[in-house]
Amino acid sequence: MTPRQRRMTLVAVIVVGVSIASALALRAFRDNVMFYFDPTKVAAGEVKRGQRFRLGGMVVQGSLTRTPGTLNVSFAVTDFKNSVPVKYDQVLPDLFREGAGMVAYGRLDASGTFVADEVLAKHDEKYMPPELARSLKAGQAAAAGGAGGAPAAAGAAAAATPSTGGTQ
Amino acid sequence: MAWIWFHKLGSPPHFYRLAGRMTPWFAWPALLLCLGGLYGGLVSAPADYQQGEGFRIIYVHAPAAWLSVMIYSAMAVYAAVGRIWRINVCHALAASCAGIGASFTLVALVTGSLWGRPMWGTYWEWDPRLTSELVLLFLYLGYMGLRSAIDDTARADRASAVLAIVGAVNVPIIHYSVTWWNSLHQAPSVMKFGKSSMPASMLIPLLMMLLGFTLFFVAIMLVRARGEVLRRERGAQWVAEAAVEA
Repeated sequence: MTPRQRRMTLVAVIVVGVSIASALALRAFRDNVMFYFDPTKVAAGEVKRGQRFRLGGMVVQGSLTRTPGTLNVSFAVTDFKNSVPVKYDQVLPDLFREGAGMVAYGRLDASGTFVADEVLAKHDEKYMPPELARSLKAGQAAAAGGAGGAPAAAGAAAAATPSTGGTQ
Repeated sequence: MAWIWFHKLGSPPHFYRLAGRMTPWFAWPALLLCLGGLYGGLVSAPADYQQGEGFRIIYVHAPAAWLSVMIYSAMAVYAAVGRIWRINVCHALAASCAGIGASFTLVALVTGSLWGRPMWGTYWEWDPRLTSELVLLFLYLGYMGLRSAIDDTARADRASAVLAIVGAVNVPIIHYSVTWWNSLHQAPSVMKFGKSSMPASMLIPLLMMLLGFTLFFVAIMLVRARGEVLRRERGAQWVAEAAVEA
């Protein structure tokens, strides 16, 4: 083996070794690297009662209710398989919308409701001008034939593009 | 025979002259593309349907984030080639990448944080994408610190090359962090296969900024690498001759 080949082998061994080591480490810490749990994992009992964790998913269309005169809100979060009811008593971020993604930090109470201390809006990777968004919405409402109305059509559009998936 | 150009490129005086001649060919298009991209992005592109005017920070954030990762990859390749074939010019190029890469990483982190406050509702979260990008900043700083801690240039080259190669494992982690794990950061809008999630009026200025930033990086890298080559070759005859010519 020439010295150059030896150096080449050294570099290859470093790259392969470090890749395997970090793949194993990241696999071992998978649950800690995960930024949030989705409702299916919560339903499967992967989080202990009383333990604080992050819950992430899509805000169910039409589930947002506000208590008049207070900041208290409640809504349901879904991953299209299971859903979890959420309670929150502070100001919601600007991008928080029904049919859009969000991540909340808090814990489950005895009744299985998620009591959030902090709610973050999750932005999806879609960008469009407001005029286009309006005409898309109008087009969908027309296609829905008035049976579901505009809010339901917008819900279907959001459901078709979950922000968590992200096509690479 | 076919490798003569490669070995010529590895010769410091040849590289010094060539890099000097090439710099304006990268710098001027970079300036024009960035001016055009900024006008397109900040003035003529429409506001976003959800984020309003705030989305325009993408025209700085996305190019800076792209460069932070791209520069690290370039640095690791230079370091590996320099380590294997013992080419000093490659080590000089790797060394000149680090400072530029660290700066763009910082820009990406700061602009992302400023955007995150109104949009997500937080300046910082320990999210996989955000955390791995912060690790990238520390890798750059560690590389620069290691180089400056060793006085002997040849030893600094060898030691820092190993660090650069080891750190390269973070590059795919940053890119795929939003797909492998649940993340607060959105999936890529442009840097992916298939159709981008952006209309042309927003996309074209962004592509101009991406290309403009990249050419700007190449120009700055060449300028810095020339300085680094001069510093390394300060005792050589050709440097004295180049100084007389200039």
